[in-house]
Amino acid sequence: MKVSYFPGCTLKNKAKILDVYARRCAEVLGVTLEEIDNWQCCGGVFTSKDEPGSKLSSVRALKFAFEKSQPLVSVCSACHNVLKQTNHLMQSDEAFCTKVNRYMAEDSAYDGSTQVYHYLELLRDVVGFDKIREAVVNPLKGRKIAPYYGCLLLRPSSVMQMDDPENPTIFEDLLRALGAEVVVSSMRNECCGGYVTMEKPEFAKKKSLDITSNMQAMGADMIATACPLCKYNLDKNSDAIPTVYFTELLAEALGVKEECDNA
Amino acid sequence: MQRIGVFVCWCGSNIAGTVDVQAVSEALKTEPGVVFFTNYQYMCSQAGQDIIIDAVKEHNLTGIVVCSCSPRMHEATFRKTAAAAGLNPYMVEIANIREQCSWVHKDMASGTEKAIILGKAAIAKVNLNAPLTPGESPVTKRALVIGGGIAGIQTALDIADAGFPVDIVETKPTIGGKMAQLDKTFPTLDCAACILTPKMVDVAQNDKIRIFSYSEVQEIKGFVGNFDVTIKKKARFVKEEICTGCGACVEKCPMKKIPNEFNLGMDNRRAIYIPFAQAVPKVATIDPSACNMLKNGKCGVCSKVCTAGAIDYTQKDEFINEKYGAIVVATGFNPISMDKFDEYAYNQSKDVITSLEFERLTNAAGPTQGKLLRPSDLEHPHTIVFVQCVGSRCAACAEKGKEYCSKICCMYTAKHAMLVRDKYPDTEVYVFYIDVRTPGKNFDEFYRRAVEEYGVKYIKGMVGKVTPEGNKLKVRASDLIAGKQLNIDADLVVLAVAIEPDKSARPLATMLTASMDTNDFFTEAHPKLRPVESPTAGVFLSGACQGPKDIPETVSQASAAASKVIGLLVKDKLKGNPCIASANELMCNGCSTCANVCPYGAITYIDKEFPMFDRTMQTRRVAQVNPAVCQGCGACTVACMSGAMDLRGFASSQIIAEVDAICR
Repeated sequence: MKVSYFPGCTLKNKAKILDVYARRCAEVLGVTLEEIDNWQCCGGVFTSKDEPGSKLSSVRALKFAFEKSQPLVSVCSACHNVLKQTNHLMQSDEAFCTKVNRYMAEDSAYDGSTQVYHYLELLRDVVGFDKIREAVVNPLKGRKIAPYYGCLLLRPSSVMQMDDPENPTIFEDLLRALGAEVVVSSMRNECCGGYVTMEKPEFAKKKSLDITSNMQAMGADMIATACPLCKYNLDKNSDAIPTVYFTELLAEALGVKEECDNA
Repeated sequence: MQRIGVFVCWCGSNIAGTVDVQAVSEALKTEPGVVFFTNYQYMCSQAGQDIIIDAVKEHNLTGIVVCSCSPRMHEATFRKTAAAAGLNPYMVEIANIREQCSWVHKDMASGTEKAIILGKAAIAKVNLNAPLTPGESPVTKRALVIGGGIAGIQTALDIADAGFPVDIVETKPTIGGKMAQLDKTFPTLDCAACILTPKMVDVAQNDKIRIFSYSEVQEIKGFVGNFDVTIKKKARFVKEEICTGCGACVEKCPMKKIPNEFNLGMDNRRAIYIPFAQAVPKVATIDPSACNMLKNGKCGVCSKVCTAGAIDYTQKDEFINEKYGAIVVATGFNPISMDKFDEYAYNQSKDVITSLEFERLTNAAGPTQGKLLRPSDLEHPHTIVFVQCVGSRCAACAEKGKEYCSKICCMYTAKHAMLVRDKYPDTEVYVFYIDVRTPGKNFDEFYRRAVEEYGVKYIKGMVGKVTPEGNKLKVRASDLIAGKQLNIDADLVVLAVAIEPDKSARPLATMLTASMDTNDFFTEAHPKLRPVESPTAGVFLSGACQGPKDIPETVSQASAAASKVIGLLVKDKLKGNPCIASANELMCNGCSTCANVCPYGAITYIDKEFPMFDRTMQTRRVAQVNPAVCQGCGACTVACMSGAMDLRGFASSQIIAEVDAICR
């Protein structure tokens, strides 16, 4: 199966490994990620709908996938959030949709009908966790891993519709499929401090520390995340336990990590 | 041809303010059949009614049209007036020119025009009215109370006190309900058991009351005065009439690890059990899902130790049929599930508990013998956070919570907080609230005492997150008055969980054809003036099944429902509603369409012989309406494809005449 893939800027720089592992693992699981031509930055943060200009790159990516009749997949939580929310606006806000299409002035209009998946959803809903469990060659046995969602994957829940925003399970279910021992912390859906880390580093430090210390206290050796910004904040503000990308764990379990690292 | 009198009411300025009543009566005088017309300030007053009576006599009126308020308000009044004047009460028609006209129109011209049209329609209808006589049905002098909590208990005691037999059906092995689980009761702090258990004993000893415990209502047929009910008595594998409640079987039962429902799973019971020491009936019950003997035939200890020989592993569910004149619903409430409220970490930590669990933790008969110990490590908690409105008043979270106020939580939380500070003054107690709502006799004084005398820290704001960490619960909350975020390390968090109607209420409402609101609370016949009656005749409401209620209010409603039941049961016969359906047998082809749409099961079919043109007889199947069961809803008249069904008092011809008059 082929899907359109939107990597995002960070995955080309600081978070290269998130991208590399994601592509290779998808291949192992029978999914080809086709990178969108000439994609541009998603905008980084989803701002108000009064700024259609900041949504154009997302709409172009969505339209690209639509024209290929493929779902659009991204790994970065922030990119996914912007893509999904923009797509929702295209579906539900006629005025916005018209404005954006006029602005783009392309041959055909886009109406929001692309299916937008986060990589985790791709694994759950398209591949299936049972299939992943079968594909695991190197189970993460005895590893105590705390999944960390942050905010962007889950909220606003009415739009993201990935999982229950207060009691999500998709991340836990994946890690269990990989054979890990999952540590469930109630801080898993709290904010890491996000971009506030630029202006008020002390604030972000407190937010991140609350999360890492709780996960450590709950017995975790390691935190798994999907978001480069979350990883940045958690790594920077706490040396208690390491934070890794979930794709790295997936690659390890599927037995392709070394191959990726050497490539 | 009828001789019709038209009486237009001003209703003070309610109607006359927006409708030119003089013009209306003038305009209606030329309508077919009208021989008299007038208008008056208050038609419903004695003077107004006298005008009608005098006019009937003077002008030999055969039909009356009153242009006034809604028939729900005064149709009964004017029917009585007609009867007093010697007319059949069903020769009266009301044109609603208040609720449906003057109250909704702003200007005199359109209000008057509409009032005239409504008057014409009523006149057209009354021209086709025929005298109707209500049928009579006998009353079974026995009441059924569904639910054995304090609501059901009080209702049953009051009905029995008036001399009528009552049966209580309770799904649990004992009566007592939620109140039996409570520790103290607000605002006087008397112990719940001390005031409830004597009433439970009264029920057991009253020879007019039968208790069907561990039983459910299986089926309800019939109608007011004549309900036909099937009660399923679930097998408890103990002969109720022989068991002495000595408890020897419970002591010896080897299955010791069954979560104890009465203590909300905070300790264990045996597979054979008596829910609590004061249970009524005090009879053991075997839990078939836990008993080894019932599951695989290995054990039988209880039967060996029972000196009375009460154990019966072969017992089967028993079905009892009984007739009742009235039914009281007292199915009560339950706290809502906390599964969707993970921000409070209820499923993650044993030390996050509901208020009902807190009641058990402070109850001397509870899992900790009344010592306040936190469930995880049985240590005394030094900081306790109470959270109010968990799932209540939650319009934004309607898919997991409730929009309404659960009403009882402010008071019981004040009680809990006060009791903790009283027994353990070294404990810090916080209460987070949206609003504190304490209307009720001596209620606000009670809450003030918690704050002022007992030093409970009330903070306006909600808890956003509870995070278990180590042996602490990190509580993050907002203080809306100080405008800041609070972080509290708590030992115990108590959630004042929203309450909802018991799950058995919805299927029961279907059996009773009683209406419910969107929250599954039973609807009353009138929210102000008939608060304990269901719109379905003969069905009454008691306690929290109708809406969240505290104990004083529940008991008041229970007694009110009982008095309504007594008022019904003292009658030997009931007058029915004559406006019911009937089948024109010559047109009926017995197709069953009407029976399929009838919500009351009022239609049956009989084979009847009809003479044919060739002088032979032919047998045909035709519909027959049971006049005592039919409620006159008219569903069958709409559904009948051959036009054989008609509603007396609302015949199709009458309704067409009304429409014609409006469109003329």
